[in-house]
Amino acid sequence: MMATATDKVAVKGGNGRLAALTAWIDERFPLTTLWKSQVSEYYAPKNMNFWYYFGSLAMLVLVIQILSGIFLTMNYKPSAAEAFNSVEYIMRDVDWGWLIRYVHSTGASAFFIVIYLHMFRALLYGSYQKPRELLWIFGMLLYFCLMGEAFFGYLLPWGNMSYWGAQVIVSLFGAIPYVGDALMEFIRGDYYISDVTLNRFFALHVVALPFALVFLTIAHLIALHEVGSNNPDGVEIKKVKGPDGIPLDGIPFHPYYTVKDMVGVGVFLILFCLVMFFAPTLGGYFLEHANFDPANALQTPPHIAPVWYFTPFYAILRAVPNKGLGAALMGLAVLLFVFLPWLDRGKVRSIRQRGPLFRFFLCAFAISFLALGWLGLNPPTPTYTMLSRVFGAVYFAFFLLMPWYSSVDRTKPVPTRVTYHAH
Amino acid sequence: MRTDRPKQKILGLVAAALAFPAVAFAAGGETTLLKAGNDIRNQASLQRGARNFVNYCLGCHTAKYVRYNRMAADLGLTEQQLIDNLMFTGESPHQTMTNGMNPDDARKWFGVVPPDLSLIARSRTPDYLYTFLKSFYVDPGKTTGTNNLALPGTAMPHVLWELQGMQEAVWEGHSDAQGNVQKHFKEFKLASPGRLDPEQYDSFVRDTVNFLDYIGEPVQAKRQALGYAVIAFLVFFTLLCYALKKEYWKDVK
Repeated sequence: MMATATDKVAVKGGNGRLAALTAWIDERFPLTTLWKSQVSEYYAPKNMNFWYYFGSLAMLVLVIQILSGIFLTMNYKPSAAEAFNSVEYIMRDVDWGWLIRYVHSTGASAFFIVIYLHMFRALLYGSYQKPRELLWIFGMLLYFCLMGEAFFGYLLPWGNMSYWGAQVIVSLFGAIPYVGDALMEFIRGDYYISDVTLNRFFALHVVALPFALVFLTIAHLIALHEVGSNNPDGVEIKKVKGPDGIPLDGIPFHPYYTVKDMVGVGVFLILFCLVMFFAPTLGGYFLEHANFDPANALQTPPHIAPVWYFTPFYAILRAVPNKGLGAALMGLAVLLFVFLPWLDRGKVRSIRQRGPLFRFFLCAFAISFLALGWLGLNPPTPTYTMLSRVFGAVYFAFFLLMPWYSSVDRTKPVPTRVTYHAH
Repeated sequence: MRTDRPKQKILGLVAAALAFPAVAFAAGGETTLLKAGNDIRNQASLQRGARNFVNYCLGCHTAKYVRYNRMAADLGLTEQQLIDNLMFTGESPHQTMTNGMNPDDARKWFGVVPPDLSLIARSRTPDYLYTFLKSFYVDPGKTTGTNNLALPGTAMPHVLWELQGMQEAVWEGHSDAQGNVQKHFKEFKLASPGRLDPEQYDSFVRDTVNFLDYIGEPVQAKRQALGYAVIAFLVFFTLLCYALKKEYWKDVK
């Protein structure tokens, strides 16, 4: 079997030396087999739409972050005395240092934009449903690692918002009964956010979590390629196969989706570069103003807020008067995503066949997520706190009422074939 | 750019990427910020700003991340022009803009060490700095004799008083429900004129703020110039990818 596959490549390749090299490798490592099973003979539904760009884009951003991170690490000093200075040294004295740093800081926000859209796609088309539960769980673990990565990374510039942001988040663990205080000391390695904390956050940011992210990405892809990609119609394309055993609605990932994703990459990079070259701080959203003041343990910034990607959860935390309960609800708000495959009792996957109830709740959820994000960026006023409670309630209702509304909802029949109009 | 409606958040982010973001950020006092209207591509303004900075700011404040010779190169000055006009205390051109003030003395004199100004335009915004430098007014209750509307109680004296003259703040009062008189700032009145008339002072402050904006991120003019080239390439690249995609997808029926 292996030999025939190799022979075919050799014939097709034409170039004698390259074919010989491929054959040499294939006898020792399943290169051609892997390439075929994962890329050139991985059959993806032909009707994947706009929402399906964000998986490949997430991988692109991961690579961008790792590469720019390597170069930042070459010039950054993880010490309380030198960290802030070394960032300015990168911005001013290192050749192209400013570009490397802005790539990384813009990439952090871009990562979350891409991931949130990627997750929303799964909600739209029921991509977490059976048999994709593990694929979804790997994805959620990736999201948790990404949150950790962003949090640890945000301390490293050692600006005043870095410092106080870390202070606020670490103090959340203090809300855990009995072990809270000890846990806070364990995380910080000190009685306050200090040089020790900075060093361990650096280690976690540049070694531990990137490893976890890469391994989980591989697991995520293996799971995806095992069960196959979902699609906007929620149709299981493997059910209708041609005589050759290939799904009738499937097309090889390469070259069809590689060339299509390249268009997505182009558009994404244009938006990315617009921010990076013309508004790298994005008016204080991507790089906060207060973070251009060095960390100062004696002076808080006028208004402490996390970076935008955490603010939906931060708004939930602030909306609850009791710190312990607030922290618990915030944790729950993040965790609930994991249980979606079991909360969803719908008979169909895609929004295209779902009924009015699911559509209403999904829409309300999307609006409340954005609203909470906006509220979390702003100082709490009585009106805003009230609004945070309302939107927070809607947020939880989406998950907790899902077993009910997804099962009683009026649904349309799932078609046997995907809808696709050739162009 | 802060949008009012949360639904528009994503749209707002994209829009902000396309336009220069209007910064909605107030530090310190509750004054409305004036528009600095500075332009970091205006080299003449930056040169005047550098002159203002070394003459009026550098005595107490530092710009410890700013290297003299890099600044001179960015501002279109030769090393000789730099040494003759902007360096007074015998540093080398490759050194950074520091001063000789002892922090302990500074604490004794002002109560605080005057902050380093390298990044002040990034942490406070140029509009804030412009407003701050125009908002000093006579306040006999303060040891410095002046107060500042943008940063009430500031330890900084009105260093530019010779240029601007001294302004007085005009307040208007109204009684609230409890019968207490609430004071509201109405306007500044120039009590004693300085060497510059108000327009000249505004442009003096604008040049100075422009320089502070520049030292906050010395590469910003170059960054934007490079941005146009990169975006132009990416648009070309994307169109090419799109044509390629079209070609391949013709087969998909």
